[in-house]
Amino acid sequence: MGETPIIRLEDVVFEYDGDRVLDNINLSIKDKEFVTLLGPSGCGKTTMLRIIGGFMNAKSGNVYFDGKECSNIPPNKRNINTVFQRYALFPHLNVFDNVAFGLKIKMLPADEIKKRVSKMLEMVNLKGFEKRRVNHLSGGQQQRVAIARALVNYPRVLLLDEPLGALDLKLRKEMQLELKEIQKNLNITFIYVTHDQEEALTMSDTVVVMKDGVIQQVGTPQDIYNEPQNAFVADFIGESNIIDAVMVKDFLVRFQGHDFVCVDKGFAPMQPVDVVIRPEDIKISPSIKGMIDGVVESVVFKGVHYEISVNCGGFTYIVHSTMSQEVGNAVGLSFDPCDIHIMTRLFPDDKTVVEGEVVGENTIEFCGFSFERENLNLSEGERVLLTIYPEDISVVSEDIADSKAYLESLVYKGRHNELIVWMAERQWLIHSQLDEQVATDIGIKFNFDNIKITPLTAKEVAEVEE
Amino acid sequence: MKNKALAIPHIVWSIVFIVVPLCFVLYFAFTADDGSFTLSWFLEAGRFAGVFARSLKLALIATVICLVVGYPMAYIISRTSWITQKTLIMLIMLPMWMNFLLRTYAWMTLLEKNGIINNILEALGIFNLLGITEPLKMINTEGAIIIGMVYNFLPFMIIPLYNIMVKIDNSLIEASRDLGCNGFNVFRRVLLPLSVPGIINGITMVFVPAASTFVISQKLGGAKNMLIGDLIDIYFMGGEPNFHIGSVLSLILMLIILICMAFMKQSDEEVML
Repeated sequence: MGETPIIRLEDVVFEYDGDRVLDNINLSIKDKEFVTLLGPSGCGKTTMLRIIGGFMNAKSGNVYFDGKECSNIPPNKRNINTVFQRYALFPHLNVFDNVAFGLKIKMLPADEIKKRVSKMLEMVNLKGFEKRRVNHLSGGQQQRVAIARALVNYPRVLLLDEPLGALDLKLRKEMQLELKEIQKNLNITFIYVTHDQEEALTMSDTVVVMKDGVIQQVGTPQDIYNEPQNAFVADFIGESNIIDAVMVKDFLVRFQGHDFVCVDKGFAPMQPVDVVIRPEDIKISPSIKGMIDGVVESVVFKGVHYEISVNCGGFTYIVHSTMSQEVGNAVGLSFDPCDIHIMTRLFPDDKTVVEGEVVGENTIEFCGFSFERENLNLSEGERVLLTIYPEDISVVSEDIADSKAYLESLVYKGRHNELIVWMAERQWLIHSQLDEQVATDIGIKFNFDNIKITPLTAKEVAEVEE
Repeated sequence: MKNKALAIPHIVWSIVFIVVPLCFVLYFAFTADDGSFTLSWFLEAGRFAGVFARSLKLALIATVICLVVGYPMAYIISRTSWITQKTLIMLIMLPMWMNFLLRTYAWMTLLEKNGIINNILEALGIFNLLGITEPLKMINTEGAIIIGMVYNFLPFMIIPLYNIMVKIDNSLIEASRDLGCNGFNVFRRVLLPLSVPGIINGITMVFVPAASTFVISQKLGGAKNMLIGDLIDIYFMGGEPNFHIGSVLSLILMLIILICMAFMKQSDEEVML
């Protein structure tokens, strides 16, 4: 390792139907590494894989294979093979002919083909299945044929597009370990796409977490889990308590009305941040002597641990503990300074501030919306700043909505979900009790009566325009 | 029992309109005028070997043209978006909503000596350019029959091919590219073997009606390019009907088609094994 990366993406942009699926992706993948592209559906991970495989072309940017630009090289000329999502085995060929397909195209001598195919089938535990028809195989067996069919060509890089998605849990776990074993033995690069964070953590050397066509974090599974870069990564990888907080000064963070010592610095004084505390890092004790006090709301046995929900002043903490607690008991929660992870917020502020304009008596227009306000006392044409609190935007069904908005992210923050949506060329912050599917359009409705209106002075107008 | 009861109308229909007429055909083919058994009609039908040969030849050529034109067409349609697929398939079916006879008459006016094509070529000065003095002879040729057959039966080739090809998942084509196939190899090693059932269906759907047609040859082929269908028509409906020879010709045509279909079916099964 350390030499030229086997795959390098440089400023890769991909658009589909005007939507930006990949936004300026830069990524280096080292040779002989097991890399996982991880993210929710619609985050662009499969698109990225298809661009590497040569099935799609980026709108702009470069893809390098072993140091050479390869955007214009068709898939059949790349030393890369793919295991497709639903296997894509050839139904008219038997197991042997499926695996031998690539070698026959390369016109290798028949005895060499036979040797390599048998070896590969042995590796995936399908010895003796040569003459079977592929659609008479079980899902797991088909999966193995697909892997053998790709690997028999001795590719430098193997691409795997959610290959275990269709298998049941037990089989999936077995295959995860087997795949990792195969990768180590063959000593080639695997690029693996999945939305299953556990799968990613189990198998990978490097995990690439993606959201909305943007890479959120690249790191080892340990890095990603222990030092998530933002609330999205923390929420997506494992379970976490994510709390709105303010960085009072270096090494001191304030949430839930208390100041806590932490190990992070470098934030502006009083900067809004996200605090992440993993459930297993919280110690719970029945007497009231914790850093935060609360009442046990529910206890669920999870096998290895109990999952205990503790209500602390309206905010629900999830705690993992090997000891059970009585529901209704008062408990104290405590945690070490190094277990408080401070992250920059996905949405930089705790409210949405937009610019508006007075367009008539008592009427204000902003971002294509307009509303009326009694006794406005502002003249037409005057510019105003509008402060919209996250509670004053609600998620509603699209037929009664003020507008449609694209849901970029959703993170649970103890008492509500924090939603960030994209609408009218900007991000908006919403608090909601409902769960919604990210990367889809949702309907939103403003509570116009609560919007705070601040007139802009001439100087501020000039600044804004600049 | 209930299900079997539902089949009764069809069974009755089949007996009255298929089995009984077939028995009549068999009866006429093997009996003399006085009702005694004879094979002499078959010997007499030997005179028409040339007509049989022409029928099969033209039907074969038309089928091959339909396949060559229809195959890429069906493939291209099957790879477009769902809406485009439906629209294109509807456009292909559209001519079928018109009367068969009318469609064939339309080709007559196109191909005639003083027809539209000749007139246009003359008006454009192409005849002068190439030094041609007489209008092109297009109507009443074998070529005209083939054009009529291709025009009328092409949709019967495209539809079954398309039906098979939409079921070929794009990922199979991608997988073959991934494993090193260039465009030709994708076709030869994946597309072609997987579309064989559609090809066989298409060939059957075109070849059978083309081999037995009489309208197309009557209108576009003239008297000297008679096909087997015309002969059967003449012997049953003509001025001097001879049901015996007509029946013999029908039987032989049926036999040839049955043999062709059995052959096709067998190769179909071989591929699917």
